[in-house]
Amino acid sequence: MKKRIVSILSVFVLATLTIALGGCSGDKTGGSSKIVVGIAQDLEDSLDPHKAVAAGTKEVLFNVYEGLLKPDPDGNLIPAVAEKYEASEDGMSYTFTIREGIKFHNGNPVTAEDVKYSIEKSAGMMGDDPLISAFSLIKSVDIIDESTVSIVLSEPNMEFPSYLAMTNSAIIPADNENPDTEAIGTGPYKIVSRSPQENIIMESFDDYWGDKAYIKDVTFKVEANADTIVMDLLGGSIDMFPRLTTTQVSQLNDNFEVYEGTMNLVQALYLNNSVEPFNDIKVRQALCYATDIDNILELAFDGKGSPIGSSMFPSFGKYYMPELNDVYTYDVDKAKELLKEAGYENGFDMKITVPSNYQPHIDTAQVLVEQFKKIGVNAEIDLVEWNSWLSDVYTNREFESTVIGVDASTMTARALLERFRSDADNNFINFSDPRYDEIFDMAVSTTDDAESTVYYKQLETILAEDAANVYLQDMAEFVALNKKFEGYTFYPMYIQDISKIKPAAAQ
Amino acid sequence: MRFVLRKIATMLITVLLVSFFVFLAFQVIPGDPATAMLGTNATKEKVEALREQLGLNRPLMIRYFEWLFSFFFGDMGTSYSYGVSVRSMLAGKVPITLSLTLISFILIILISIPLGIETAEHEDGIVAGIIGGLNQVVMAIPPFFIGILLTYFLGLVLQLFTPGGYVSYKTDFFGFLYYLLFPAIAIALPKAAMNMKLLKSSVLKEAKLDYVRTAYSRGNSTKDVLYKHVLKNALIPVITFLGMTLADIVAGSLIVEQVFSIPGIGRLLITSISNRDYPVVSAIIAIVAFIVIIINFLVDILYLIIDPRTRG
Repeated sequence: MKKRIVSILSVFVLATLTIALGGCSGDKTGGSSKIVVGIAQDLEDSLDPHKAVAAGTKEVLFNVYEGLLKPDPDGNLIPAVAEKYEASEDGMSYTFTIREGIKFHNGNPVTAEDVKYSIEKSAGMMGDDPLISAFSLIKSVDIIDESTVSIVLSEPNMEFPSYLAMTNSAIIPADNENPDTEAIGTGPYKIVSRSPQENIIMESFDDYWGDKAYIKDVTFKVEANADTIVMDLLGGSIDMFPRLTTTQVSQLNDNFEVYEGTMNLVQALYLNNSVEPFNDIKVRQALCYATDIDNILELAFDGKGSPIGSSMFPSFGKYYMPELNDVYTYDVDKAKELLKEAGYENGFDMKITVPSNYQPHIDTAQVLVEQFKKIGVNAEIDLVEWNSWLSDVYTNREFESTVIGVDASTMTARALLERFRSDADNNFINFSDPRYDEIFDMAVSTTDDAESTVYYKQLETILAEDAANVYLQDMAEFVALNKKFEGYTFYPMYIQDISKIKPAAAQ
Repeated sequence: MRFVLRKIATMLITVLLVSFFVFLAFQVIPGDPATAMLGTNATKEKVEALREQLGLNRPLMIRYFEWLFSFFFGDMGTSYSYGVSVRSMLAGKVPITLSLTLISFILIILISIPLGIETAEHEDGIVAGIIGGLNQVVMAIPPFFIGILLTYFLGLVLQLFTPGGYVSYKTDFFGFLYYLLFPAIAIALPKAAMNMKLLKSSVLKEAKLDYVRTAYSRGNSTKDVLYKHVLKNALIPVITFLGMTLADIVAGSLIVEQVFSIPGIGRLLITSISNRDYPVVSAIIAIVAFIVIIINFLVDILYLIIDPRTRG
């Protein structure tokens, strides 16, 4: 009863305050029409969707830009800027009808010219910026009439529509001269202002073609310091933070709802298959046998996370093969035996390069070091800055092994598996298996979906059996959302969809 | 006048050297803006092409002198990460960091000078003993850690401020000053502790000198001797220290800004280094170096005013 009185009193006080504050702040309807979302890094690459590189940039820009198509939370493609599309039977050309009445944030209608411009720009066909091309297989983009555009490919590709759902192939106005700094898209939110390393302020777009966002004002606040995130959540300066660690989650109080999902990353100890001793399949297999994934999850992740056995994660249900998790069950004796066969009876020294800004990968590497000691392998962790990692490990491939999570740029099996073709330019582990290349070519050339799924599964099996990498897990993702709000929705990709979040219903 | 000219010359040479070292440092560390911008899309060919486009393939000296020349005319270049001019980026951020520095500095003086005199005056008192003990502890804690403690106790427990709830000086100037007060305390405490100790020992040292005995023998009271004679001399090492401190807290603010989520130049500097955003880093370093040198210059002038002997 006493509690009741207190809460009635506090409601009264709050109501008075709201009225008082409402008086000075004008049009605000209450606290919940505004949300502050913490992000771990600022959008440092570009506001131009075609130049966005970092996953952290793309997940924010998802709210601002749309492609001809876009993904839905279940991983299906749904129409966005295009109302509908038709594929030719041979998979060589696609015809898109632009949604009637759709507008850009600046109020101008989306025209066929804008679509042609955007696709050509993102495909690197304009000549001025071929550096990040979303796709390389487009032969031409033709305007059929003012609301119809046809894209002709140079080779058949059944997965082409999913490329059009990426942020990197978003539709932007052809007459915007500074896409780097002026973000104009068709998404549910438009960017109002930004301050480097401080925040990005967005407002819901009134003329949005689809379901309008619930919350009017959104601020993405840069939380560069991991130590202050929990305090800022508790103190109320941010309402939401995606991707918390289990330790951070345990420090939160009852004011927060924690949503648990998966990161949709293939976390593994990636091995440079072309350097000794990892060019020997037996050594790679030995490391797989010596790795106790459950132990890693227990020690570094509070038991959360889904073990994986190849370059595919569970949310890609159609392609995911749980049986590959059991190709190598933890077995120290077998690992030692394999090392002996490979001529490394007394073990060897190895270096694990880890980017220093990703604590989960560092924790994982530390457990691995201990586990490898049991088979006489002396691993040493080399912490490098992210940019050094990008240049030394990823671009120049000068490394022995690294712990990292690899994501999929589109919702296709191809996005995850193409990089292991022996000649792929992002094949940073130098994996090379003629069988793999052959099956991959068959997988992408067939127009039959069931057939290509079978091929993709074969590719996953090869990666597992060849022990291309020591596959670990798809990490658990924890999103904290203040209970003033509800409706956080996970996607099978790296996306924060703010338009689905709404003020919590009155209790 | 010659003194001033000489100082200005040293100032320019220092800025030149510092900026050149920044340029040089980026040659040595791995990665460059091209790898940062391309991220996981990077391939050797693309990195090469982008380096060409950004003009990073040209010799170091040419790039350096080009930068220097335009910097001299107030053009700090364009940020690779943000695509906007570095000048417009820094214009909103330098005042924030400078305000934080200034508030910290005022706090240091307000805390250390009265306490230093007080503890020297009543050297053997209980209060002096307690303050002396506390002093040792505070001196040993780095500012960022004091910052974390303050955020927890004053922010979350006592709710005197909202952690991370920085308000821009453009929207609410007093709210801005109030929020900066807490990080300023974190920066000021260890320095104030050191300065207080220095002042105390300086006063005690002076008090043993002959002129003090003379002053007493002329019938002055302890207060008179202390404030009219001793303090004037005791302050000279303190001013040297405060000058160095001021330079130090400019750098210290960059770190404490992180703890309190203050969008000053500190965070910009750190992220720009990891993104290899050369124009931003060079500009910030040059500005910080410039500020530090100006401070030293002012301290030198201050000596001339306080201590006639240095006028020589």
